Amino acid sequence: MTTMTIAKAINEGLRATLSHNPKSLLMGEDIGPLGGVYRVTDGLIGEFGPDRVVDTPLAESGIIGTAIGLALRGYLPVAEIQFDGFVFPGFNQITTQLAKMHSRSNGNLTVPVVIRIPYGGGIGSIEHHSESPEALFAHTPGLRIITPSNPHDAYWMIQQAVNCQDPVIVFEPKRRYWLKGEVDTESAGSAEDPFKANVVREGTDATVVVYGPLVPVALAAANAAAEDGRSIEVIDLRSISPIDFDAIEASVKKTGRLVVAHEAPTFGGIGGEIAARISERAFLSLEAPVIRVGGFHMPYPVAKIEEDYLPDIDRILEALDRTFAY
Amino acid sequence: MGATHLPSTEFDGTELDDQLEAQAEAALGVPPTEMVQLLGPDGTLGTHSVFSEYVERLDAEKLRGFYADMAAIRRFDQEATALQRQGQLALWVPLTGQEAAQIGSGRASQPQDYIFPTYREHGVALTRNVDLAELLKQFRGVSNGGWNPKDTNFHLYTLVLAAQTPHAVGYAMGIQRDQRLAEAQGVEGSAEPKAAVMVYFGDGASSEGDVHESMVFASSYNAPVVFFCQNNHWAISVPTAVQTRIPLSNRAKGYGFPGIRVDGNDVIAVHAVTEWALEHARQGNGPVLIEAFTYRVGAHTTADDPTKYRESSEEALWREKDPLDRLEKYLRAEGMADEAFFAKVAAEGDELAAYIRKSTYASDAPDIRTAFANTYVEAHPLVAEELAWFEEYSAGFAGGDEGEGAGR
Ligand SMILES: Cc1ncc(C[n+]2csc(CCOP(=O)(O)OP(=O)(O)O)c2C)c(N)n1
Repeated sequence: MTTMTIAKAINEGLRATLSHNPKSLLMGEDIGPLGGVYRVTDGLIGEFGPDRVVDTPLAESGIIGTAIGLALRGYLPVAEIQFDGFVFPGFNQITTQLAKMHSRSNGNLTVPVVIRIPYGGGIGSIEHHSESPEALFAHTPGLRIITPSNPHDAYWMIQQAVNCQDPVIVFEPKRRYWLKGEVDTESAGSAEDPFKANVVREGTDATVVVYGPLVPVALAAANAAAEDGRSIEVIDLRSISPIDFDAIEASVKKTGRLVVAHEAPTFGGIGGEIAARISERAFLSLEAPVIRVGGFHMPYPVAKIEEDYLPDIDRILEALDRTFAY
Repeated sequence: MGATHLPSTEFDGTELDDQLEAQAEAALGVPPTEMVQLLGPDGTLGTHSVFSEYVERLDAEKLRGFYADMAAIRRFDQEATALQRQGQLALWVPLTGQEAAQIGSGRASQPQDYIFPTYREHGVALTRNVDLAELLKQFRGVSNGGWNPKDTNFHLYTLVLAAQTPHAVGYAMGIQRDQRLAEAQGVEGSAEPKAAVMVYFGDGASSEGDVHESMVFASSYNAPVVFFCQNNHWAISVPTAVQTRIPLSNRAKGYGFPGIRVDGNDVIAVHAVTEWALEHARQGNGPVLIEAFTYRVGAHTTADDPTKYRESSEEALWREKDPLDRLEKYLRAEGMADEAFFAKVAAEGDELAAYIRKSTYASDAPDIRTAFANTYVEAHPLVAEELAWFEEYSAGFAGGDEGEGAGR
């Protein structure tokens, strides 16, 4: 067990991947000597050289597109998109090419590309640096999407993503890059399957489902609710595609109430999908409608008012109040 | 990095310019805007300071093979068009007029090279030994691919314009890494022949950002890739002039690699130029852009009506430059092929057409379970759940078959 930040844990995970697999390589803008704008790839070019840690031209479609070509040739590329809002020039390659190559080749071709995207707000940044576009990708069949919320998961999930034969997008909660925690580098433990959710806090009265940056927020809300005598179960989803509905269903069957929270706009978001599925699967166990907490239907606002936009402890507590009102 | 390494400017402009100029001159013997042509429309073979050497590699048998290939693919094209008219295919993308560009370039590739086509490269597919019946599956709506690219190193067709160009460059970067890995493991000079990648796209697609990004990547990493642009003069109804104001081959210079414009209806010149380019790439000298100056004689697809946007006189003008006619003239004049050869080619064409017709009728819809199976490589709970639902739902109809049948 060692203590490290999420950023360092991903760095160590990438280092392990590069050491174990000679066909793996990293590519992206400024990931070489600079180590990426968040320093997640710090020091790796010195260890593995410019053929394995590739500073690419400034071209997102080119990055994803050439990663696909490398994968077709048997390589395991891990592409970094510098910020959430800049994935869109690569959107075409991700949705029309990467996601579909395996199926349109009738199973003959695999493209095990990993795309790392720092995402989410709360860092006081400017336009296009705080978005949560995960639902846009989750809607596309053929992609897998995961998002770690703590250093241990971050260390293991990045390696599991590389080992997965399907394309995987790893959304990294950028405002938690500096969150410290224990990492067991010997064993993944309960984080063995990156597509399974974790119950990070047990409870009996209501379930809160969150992922990535909101996990600490939900835990704090659950602690606050405990002071009012409410026992809240918190589930860290970890995987956004596929979603571990079994874990949510099991929890709801125990608690009878469900709140889903994410930073992305509520409308058309992952929360709606969870609400619909759980209503189908556990309708008779629900004591109240599933309540969603999310961002508003507006472009991510300017930093000076982002606190008004982002779901916080109070917004989750308010949602819990609403579910208990039934 | 010491202060001595700090550049005062990014490029030494004149030096780079001179270097490129010299490269282009060496390749072409002429300024890059001029078109390389060897076999004229009248069927006479000219000479070229650089490329005549490549023509010497061609014997009569190879030239007859070029003709047979071009004739076969034209016959195939006619048959597919007919099948579309009969409702057997949803759409067809004809290649008539572009046979020389495709056969000439495809025949210049070697088995270890990997080819990324767009959606009209039926002639290239033929040269890569793709079963042409499989090519029709996409247009019949029974597959989004149809063949296994690993069998022939001929990738699937790509319908999103230019999306395949960065894939080609990435693949070429993979080839570079394979070579370096092999060298590091001390197996330099192993049996593995050097490989290159060739990627096809049209004059319309050349405007897409992906082509630009690909050329930047290819140039920055000196990737072994040949960009093969078939300038067939029309992107559906839009003429090349809307895509570019300079010969497309000239763009290569802006990226720092050679660009060659070749007469795309001259199979001998296309073959020579492509052989040169692929060798250039395989030897580690980096990318090349070839612009094959040709013409799409028919419609863009069977859904298109060219009379709405172009004069038939333009078509007529290009028919005079027909790639098959000019090679036939040459073969006959040189005594390389007789009447019996051309009769045999025609008979083989009819056989191919009959095979295509028969296999198209026989090519049935797949089971949707294959689509469930191929969405992901690894097990996926959502797919499993939806498949289970589908099975149960379908099973509900099993008992009702009789009644349903009786109603028909
Ligand atoms: C990204 C994209 N935009 C639009 C289309 C629709 N489309 C199909 S073919 C075509 C024209 C292509 O022209 P060109 O690249 O010159 O190739 P050609 O068909 O003439 O060989 C267009 C606009 C497409 N397939 N992909």
